[in-house]
Amino acid sequence: MMAALRTPRGLITVLLLLILAVLPLLTQAFDQRYLLSIGTRIVIWAIAAISLNMILGYGGMVSFGHAMFFGIGGYAVGILAHHGIASGWIQWPVGIVAAALWAAVIGALSLRTRGLYFIMITLAFAQLVYYLGAGLEAYGGDDGLNISRSRFAGLLDLRDKASFYWLCFALLCGILWFCSRFANSRFGLVIRGAKSNDLRMTALGFPVFRYRLAAFVLSGAFGGLAGILLANEGAYISPAMMSWVKSGDLIVIVVLGGMGTLFGPLYGAIAFFALEESMTPLLDLGRKGWGEYWQIVFGPMLVLVALYAKGGIDSLFGRRHG
Amino acid sequence: MAEPLLSTDRLIKRFGGLLATDSVSIDVRPGEIHALIGPNGAGKTTLVGQLTGNLKPDSGTIHFAGRDVTRLPTHARVRLGLARSFQITSVLREFTALDNVALAVQAHAGHSFRFLADARRDESLRRPALQGLVEVGLAQRADTLASALSHGEQRQLEIAMALAGDPSLMLLDEPMAGMGAEESQRLIGFLRGFKGKRAMLLIEHDMDAVFQLADRITVLVYGRAIASGTPEEIRANPDVRQAYLGEEDSPPPSYGGGREGEGDAKDL
Repeated sequence: MMAALRTPRGLITVLLLLILAVLPLLTQAFDQRYLLSIGTRIVIWAIAAISLNMILGYGGMVSFGHAMFFGIGGYAVGILAHHGIASGWIQWPVGIVAAALWAAVIGALSLRTRGLYFIMITLAFAQLVYYLGAGLEAYGGDDGLNISRSRFAGLLDLRDKASFYWLCFALLCGILWFCSRFANSRFGLVIRGAKSNDLRMTALGFPVFRYRLAAFVLSGAFGGLAGILLANEGAYISPAMMSWVKSGDLIVIVVLGGMGTLFGPLYGAIAFFALEESMTPLLDLGRKGWGEYWQIVFGPMLVLVALYAKGGIDSLFGRRHG
Repeated sequence: MAEPLLSTDRLIKRFGGLLATDSVSIDVRPGEIHALIGPNGAGKTTLVGQLTGNLKPDSGTIHFAGRDVTRLPTHARVRLGLARSFQITSVLREFTALDNVALAVQAHAGHSFRFLADARRDESLRRPALQGLVEVGLAQRADTLASALSHGEQRQLEIAMALAGDPSLMLLDEPMAGMGAEESQRLIGFLRGFKGKRAMLLIEHDMDAVFQLADRITVLVYGRAIASGTPEEIRANPDVRQAYLGEEDSPPPSYGGGREGEGDAKDL
């Protein structure tokens, strides 16, 4: 920990985590409640981006449908809540298990393909889930559904913005910890080795498909968790939360932050939302509704990252060790 | 005679109209070095692909270690003790030399569904991996990224990775490819040390190496095994001279008796 402070990377990361840890206190002190809701979304999206990074960054599996796990986690909460099952102790495990099972099914099918085919088949499955959600008239169809937040009776009130934020932050820390262990574990090295040279890994005796599938399921489960959090954040679910645009945003966040790095997805999520929040009002100064098109600014920035900072934001903080 | 470790029975593989493997029956006995030679396009790589499980034969069977492995996937054959090195160097370039061999060790150390413990500090993987690097003479390059190793060193690394699982049979696909004379000679000495201990199927263009190392040689031409026998028999075989050795600019090298003696001394 002390050693981490000596490098610019370590210092920035520790400062960032400290700020995130006390964010509710800061936003209260400066009376900027709105910032807390942005902070909450950043943390949730960071969790989703980390889960995508597990397969995309470490495993080289470019899933273009990761937002479908937002949807599965979110709809699990929403549908159960709609039927009067409000307990988070039931909703959350159901959401995570549903996301993991769905990941197992589509992983088993899509991981037989590579490259562009894998991208397209994951996108196709995500669209399938999207239209399924849009077709669920009982749960709002296209318009979505207002829901009540999950209840953890006596433990935690998710309606309290600060409590909810801290819960999300604690989960983010837990997942970051897991990912830091995962990356250098036997499992992580197999996944990373298969990204580097899967023919070689097979020739060494690794049943690569099984490990990839396990990683995909794990990633889906964490993605489902992010969906559960997202549904609770807005007390609302809709097919829009799993549109292909969101899947694209997740990829962008991971690439922008730094693929295959521990904190890259977090940096990416912060940069993404900071840009969205700052560019939208800036472009809207003329009151012509240009704010919607904030990605006009964002797009070229991404191109610059792709051209000049291949390791993403993470690589700007100096070389990585290990 | 010992039961063969690896045997193929009338293996056939077609690519469209091309008969790449034409009813090939070969066997490798425990501990022997069996060389597979043949001109370019003879179907050596196709045959190796079927032995490793990367290609499915159209008909025929492959037995390894007393089992029919014809339908077994690659990783399962490796688990049975069939290791390979690649014709075109295939290492994990973003990993250090030590990581490469440690992963090879890990492949044989049970399942890898372990998510939390740091594998890079796992002595049960690192120690044998380092030992493997010592054996091939790469110990001082342990922490170098594989991509930064010289071509010859990468070939050595491949051998260390193939050896990591303590295989009973090694398929060496042109291990000397792109090596200098000195490096080749060192590798030949190293491989000769395994004679009688580990079986090898050696695919090699370097006739010097083949005639120095092989106990038996099979000659593949247009997908067919036209001859099989000791180096002397192969050298004397008129079909082989006609079909293959005759194409060489110089006649096959005379059998280096002195070198053979050195190798034997190492064995003892």
